[in-house]
Parts: sequence; C-alpha cells; structure tokens
Amino acid sequence: MFDIEAILNAIAPELLLAAAGLLGVTIGALFGDRFNASSFKLGAGILFVSAALAAFYWDGGRAFDGLVETSSFANFAKVVSFASAGIALLMAEGFLRRHDTMRYEYSLLMIFAALGMGVILSSSNFMTLYLGVEMLSLSSYVLASFHRDSPRSAEAGLKYFVLGALASGLLLYGISLVYGFAGGTSYEAVADAEASLGFMFGMVLMITGLAFKVSAAPMHVWTPDVYEGAPSPVVAFFATAPKMASMVVFAIIMFTAFPQAIAFENWQLIVGIIAAASMLVGAFGALPQANLKRLLGYSSIANMGYALVAVAAGVQYGVGALLIFMTAYVIASLGLFGGVLSMRREGGMVENIDELAGLIRRQPGLATALTVLLVSVSGFPLAFGFLGKLAVLEAGWNAGLMPLIIILIISSVIAMYYYLRIVKIMWFDEQAEDFEPVDGWVTATVYLSAIASVLLLIFVSPFSELAANTAASLIS
Amino acid sequence: MDFPILSAVTFTPLAGAILILLVKMLTGAQTRPDGSEDERVMYAGLMFSVGTFAISIFMFFSYDLNGTGYQLIEQVDWFSGIQYKMGVDGMSLLLILLTTLLTPIALIASIGSIKHRLTEYVVSFLVLETFMIGVFCALDLVVFYVFFEAGLIPMFIIIGVWGGVDRIYASFKFFLYTLLGSLFMLAAVVYMYLTAGTSDVVQLEQFEFAKSAQTWLWLAFFASFAVKLPMWPVHTWLPDAHVQAPTAGSVILAGILLKMGGYGFLRFSLPMFPDASVLFQPFVFTISVIAIVYASLVAWRQTDMKKLIAYSSVAHMGFVTLGIFSFTEIGVQGAVFQMLSHGLISGALFLIVGVVYDRMHTREISAYGGLVHRMPIYATLFMLFTMANVGLPGTSGFVGEILTMVGAFQANTWAAAGAALGVIFSAVYMLTLYRRTVFGQITNPDLESIEDVNIKEMICIIPLAFGTILLGILPNLIFDITRESSLHALAQMAGG
Repeated sequence: MFDIEAILNAIAPELLLAAAGLLGVTIGALFGDRFNASSFKLGAGILFVSAALAAFYWDGGRAFDGLVETSSFANFAKVVSFASAGIALLMAEGFLRRHDTMRYEYSLLMIFAALGMGVILSSSNFMTLYLGVEMLSLSSYVLASFHRDSPRSAEAGLKYFVLGALASGLLLYGISLVYGFAGGTSYEAVADAEASLGFMFGMVLMITGLAFKVSAAPMHVWTPDVYEGAPSPVVAFFATAPKMASMVVFAIIMFTAFPQAIAFENWQLIVGIIAAASMLVGAFGALPQANLKRLLGYSSIANMGYALVAVAAGVQYGVGALLIFMTAYVIASLGLFGGVLSMRREGGMVENIDELAGLIRRQPGLATALTVLLVSVSGFPLAFGFLGKLAVLEAGWNAGLMPLIIILIISSVIAMYYYLRIVKIMWFDEQAEDFEPVDGWVTATVYLSAIASVLLLIFVSPFSELAANTAASLIS
Repeated sequence: MDFPILSAVTFTPLAGAILILLVKMLTGAQTRPDGSEDERVMYAGLMFSVGTFAISIFMFFSYDLNGTGYQLIEQVDWFSGIQYKMGVDGMSLLLILLTTLLTPIALIASIGSIKHRLTEYVVSFLVLETFMIGVFCALDLVVFYVFFEAGLIPMFIIIGVWGGVDRIYASFKFFLYTLLGSLFMLAAVVYMYLTAGTSDVVQLEQFEFAKSAQTWLWLAFFASFAVKLPMWPVHTWLPDAHVQAPTAGSVILAGILLKMGGYGFLRFSLPMFPDASVLFQPFVFTISVIAIVYASLVAWRQTDMKKLIAYSSVAHMGFVTLGIFSFTEIGVQGAVFQMLSHGLISGALFLIVGVVYDRMHTREISAYGGLVHRMPIYATLFMLFTMANVGLPGTSGFVGEILTMVGAFQANTWAAAGAALGVIFSAVYMLTLYRRTVFGQITNPDLESIEDVNIKEMICIIPLAFGTILLGILPNLIFDITRESSLHALAQMAGG
C-alpha cells in the first residue's frame, strides 16, 4: 500500500497544488465570474503555503517506487519558485483588472504551472519529468496568450507554443534514445548504463530540449519575442519561477542521470558552449534594444549563461553556486518586472526605456530601487547579485573552466553597458511625464526586492551555509 | 570589543546620506518651480562630512604611532570564511585622513556653483566617501573589492548628472574602463581565495603563491590598478572624466580615486606577488617613464586648463609607480608621500581652475590672461600650487619627486634619467599655463570685472596650501608614520 509519510516527504507541496488546482476548476465552473476577484489572493496564498511545505519537508524523500525523489536541492528550488510565482500572481491582479482580463483561469494556470515545476523538480524518472515539463509548458503557452484580444499576446503565445512543442519533441526523442540504450527511464538506470554513442545522441537531444526551457542560446530565439508580446505580469512569472525550476532540473538531470566519466566530459563541453553562447548573445543582443521587456529578455539569456557555468562546473562545485546565483537573479528580476509594471501612463502600459527618463526627479524611491536592482542583476558589488556571480566564478575556477571565466568577464562588462544605460536614462535625462500610481503589491515588490538584494549582501551567511549544506548533501 | 572606530569613520557618511534621503522623502519634494533646491541640504551634507573628519582625527589619535602591523582591527564573519575585516596601518591612516579632508572641501567648493539636484549631489558625495574610506580600511580582499568597485556608481552619477557637455560619454568611459580592469582582479581574487583558503590580507601576505600563478595574478591586479592609477596607455579615460566632471568631482577623482591604484600596488601586488613584481619591474619602469614624458608633452599642448592638469596627474602618478617598483625603502616612502602630496596639490589646482570657471564658464586657456591685475590673491595661490606641482623645494611636490627618483636611480639609472626629464617638462607646461592665464595684459573684456577669490573659496584652498607647505618643510611628519608600512610592503621582497 501507499506509504503516506514517504509520499508527503517527497511531494507534499505538489499534492496541495494539485488539489487546489482541481478544486479551483470546480469552484470556477460553479461560480463563474464571481470567483475572479478572490482567486488571485487565494492562489497566491496556496503558492506561499506550498513554498512553506517544501521548506517543511526540506530533506525530501522517495516515493512511488522511485518515480519521484526529492532532495534538499530540489526543495530549495521549490521554495524559491513557488514563492516567486506567488509574488508574480499578486502583481498580476491590478494589471489584469485594468485590462479587464482579471479571470480566475489566470490563477489556476499559475497553480498548474507551479505544479509542473514541482513535478519536474521532484522527478527521478524521465517519464515523470516529461509529464511535469508538459504541464508547465502548456500552462505557460496559455498564459503568454492570456490577452487573447491583443495580437501581440496571441503572437507571443503562438511562437512560444510552436517552438516549445519542437523543444518538447526533441526532449522526448532524446529520452526515447536514452531509454533505448540504457534500458530504463529512471535516472538511476540511466546513470548505470554504458555511455555508448547512441546514448550520447539521446543526451545531446535532451540538453537541446532543456536549453530551450531555460532559454539558453542557441535555443533562445523565442525569449525576446515572448517577453515583449506576453502580458507583463506573465513575463514577470516567466523570468523568475520557471527559470529557477528549469535550471535546477537541468542541473539535477546532468548531475544524477549522466555522471559517467565520458558522458560528463561530453555534456560539460556542450553545456560550456551553450553557456558561452548565452552570455555573448545576451550581452550583445541587449545592446540595441529600446523596449525594456526585450532588454530584460536578453538580460535573462545572459544570466542563464552565467548559471550554466555553474552547471558546467559539475556536481562537486556547481550546486551551491547555482542556488545562490539563481536566487539572486530571481529576487532582482521580480523587482525589475515590478518596475516594468509600474510604467503606466494615460491608461496604457509603456515599455520603452526612454519612458523612464528623469525618473529620479519624479519618483526618487522607485528610481533608487530600480538602480539597486539593476546593480544586483548585473552582478556589480553593492547587491546580492555580486555574491551570485562570485559564487559562479568560484565554481568555474574550481572546475578549471578558464575560457568560460574570460567570456563571463567580458560579457559582464558589455552587459554593464546596457544596465548603465538604464541608470543613465533614469538619473541623467530630462524628465518625461509622470507615471500613474499602481497598486500596492507592485510597489511593495519593487521596494522589498531591492531591500532584500542589499540586506542579503550583508547578511548572506545563513543563506550561503544553507546552500553549502544542500550541496554537501547532494554530493554524499 | 572596543568601539569600532574604523566602521564609524567609514559608515558615518553613508548614514548621513540615508538620513538626508529619508528627511527629503518625509518632508516631500522641496524642488522649487525653477528647479532650484533648498541649499540647507548642502549644509546638512557638509555637517556629516565634517563630522566624519572629526571622527577620523579621533581615529588618528587612537592609532599607536609606535605600534607595528595593522591596528584598530575589527573582525566579523561575513560568509564562507570571508570576513568583514577592517584595519589600518600608517599608509592607509593618512590616506583616510586625506579622504575625510578633501570631501568636505569638495562640498564647500560646490556651494553656489552646483544649482540643481542638490540632494542627489550631496548623497552621491557622501556615499562615495564611505566607499573610498572603506577601500583604505578593508583588510579582506573581497571586502576591498566591494568598496573598490562600489565607488564607481556614485562617481558615474556625479560625472553624468553635473558634468559638462560630453558628460554621458565621459561617465560611461570612466565606468566601463575601470570595470573591465576590476573584473580581472575579481577573477584573481577568487583564485587566491580558493588556493590559499582565505581572503584575509594578513594571511595572504604570508602565503606563498607559486611563481607561475603569481605572474597571472600580478597581471590581473595590474589590469585593475593600472587603469585606476592611471598608467599609460590605459589613461585615456582620465582626461575625459576630469574635463567633464564638476570641480568637486575632479578634486575627489584626482585627490583620492587615483590613489587607490598606488595603494593597491603597495598593499597587494608587492607583498603577495613578490616574485612577479620583480619580474615585471622593467615593464613597469618602461611604461612609467613613457607616462611621465608622454603625458608631460601632451599636457604642454593642451588648450583646456582641466585637461592640462589631468595629464599632469598622469605624469605624477608615473612617479608613484616608479617609486613603488624601485623596491627600495626610499622609493616606496617617496611614492606614498607623492600620493598624499599629489592629493593636496591636484585637488587645489582643480579648485583653482574651478574658481575662474565659475566666473567665466570657460576652461580655455586663451580666454584668460592678465588675471593678476584683477585677482592678486588668486594669482598668489595659483603660483604656490604651480610651484608645488613643478616640484619646487619647500613644497611637498619636491619631496615626493626627489625621493621616488632617488629610489628609481638605485634600481635603474635610465629610468631615473627619464623621470628627471619629466620634472623639466612639468616646469615647462605649468609655467606656460601660469604665464598665459595670470600674467600679461587683460585682452578679454569680460575679465575686467572679474572678482578675486571669496571667503568660501579661501576656506577650500587655504588648508591645502597650508598642508602643501607644511609637508614640504617637515616631510618627516609623514615619513615617521609611513615607514613601518613601507617596510612592510617590501618585507616579502627582501625575503624572496
């Protein structure tokens, strides 16, 4: 029979999310539009409780004959992903109300997307993984086109869907090849298999599919378009929670399913190349951008490149660095998209960087907070992002990835240029018109993430210990 | 635990900045319709920077001049073995004093000449002061790096908001140039932390890095410090930054930010990578001499007063590197002295240019001439600092130059000879500048009604003049304090 305790240890938050999602569908069917207003805060509450559950069952466990296995590494990612999804949901409410699209389906899709993230993080079998990936992806496609009357949003959803389906196909094809050569779909069975040529083929195809999910170059082309077209709160979600989850899953798969010496050599090289390409594409691609959302899209590509350096460093060095880096990135990104959501004028959203001109004169608090967040996401000292980049550099050094370190340094300087350009527009330029006030959740997110970015720089000790312990538990 | 005096000095300006911002936020925007702002914020900022100066005086007296090693140490765990560790020796003690002295002077000089966005201005300066002091206090590589880099942001804003016509270009160039150098240092810092297992400066000084590693580490640190100092050929950001920056920004830039490069060489490169330092001595000598001669010649041809002084700074920093890499006690002592003295002299020279710029709004040398007829006090002060910059005996400029040259002479005669050429050139360009602006007949009709230096400007310049002469006559005041740290910087060299 079922071992309830083991199941709870492994997937307690997912059970809650699944139950809440299904219940939500039922309530929605019964009450219709009357459920719209309350669904957002309820949904966010459930996401926060899931994050708390993941923290409560920190050590994780194994259930369903090894179909799911949760480590503290995965739980770390779950806490951050669920919490940031909850914040993204809270930020969405006011935006959607103004656009007259505040519907309960939005909250439900977020919950199902979070469920997908939980499943991929807990999976220890490629079948489970694929289910989770599809659940996350399908919810994301719908979210991207949530403004169904807007051609841009529909275009974003369609692009995301077509390319995403292709990537899922590649992933699935890779899984089938690996299954064929390894004789099993569990990570353990794959890890025990001999790394033959066909096996490698499957592995490479899987990396390709996963690279799409984390929007790493050269599978990044969807990112700027989707970021630009999709509704801003949806992008705030895309840029944070799924990135954290997918990146950690990427690492888990590489570390646990492909630890063979030959496989490691090969995937380290491939991941290294992807990392280098992402850093460069992110750095150069953002330079000519005038649209803030597109620019942040390229910025996220570059940041995924930095994170992949930690993955390429391997299980021994990369785990702690990946967690610190991604957490810093998620915190800063939430705040930056809060900034994007604050750019509202005469009833419509504005997205050009130039609209921020002279913000320091009109809203000094907002401008200062955004400056701190840009500093953090650029990895400059003074904010938490610096420690993330420091950790990645450390991991890269330890693993002897010299070329990647040099590319990281050069692309950081180039990236600094476009972050500075935003700072320059906010601080130096003549002021544009005022923004309309936005709802409290957005403002609170911007300020709190800026404050968190600074405080975590100073009081990072417990956090880095946690990351180090997580890393240690994974190695043993 | 004793009162954390170093943290108090470091963070008092930051606390002031936060307080000013809070007051501003709570009382609402006070910007008047014409864009001007209440000047009281300037005085509030000044109060905090003067307070910092007072605390730093107190710090000076808490420091035991006869003691050895780093003093006033503060230590708190930060994360994974990296500590927030502060401490000073003679050299950093004096550089902190220079910082806390120049910041209030820069703020006083700005009263009246900066007219818009005063709050941000004051806050930027106070934040910058915190980071500058932090650089000189930090005894942990990572903490040092954080302060070292962080200072770029406020300086970027100071140049970009209150600068001249091409301020945006200059601010970006300043920032990105320095950042590229620093990131290589960051990579080196990570390597050192991983190899030695600590980022504590004191322990790293004892740690012996392999010779091959030292070469790379030295180059990475050099990339950062050479840009900051700046050394030829990576000096090109400096003239742009200086010309575009407001007067007070130039004072801080020339007075303190440039010194971080020299400080870095003495604190890190020499003690931690002694073998590599010896290896690269001819290289450093070569580019130092090129810097001295080339920058002096370029300075001679300038038509913009600030640019001329900027190039003269490049030349004078060449003496600093020459002294440091002579690896002799006298050379290093001279280099430290030259840094302090140049901080006073170049700061004063930029203030002096600022005086006429505020009145005439041009820095073109050809727009001036005959100032002595209308501004006798100004002409006197200008003369003093011209002579100090040339290195006239009796001023602090002389002591620094002669000692670094003596040090360099012991190591390499040709280098000293090249540097001596620079001294001659410095007389040429400084005297030319002085003659063309101060002497002669008044040709520009706008100059007929120009007023002499006022009280505010005197308050700024007189202390620097006093310091320049005092150090010129009694250089031992400095040497007694810095001897210990100069020898300390060389200790590994002698052993290796």
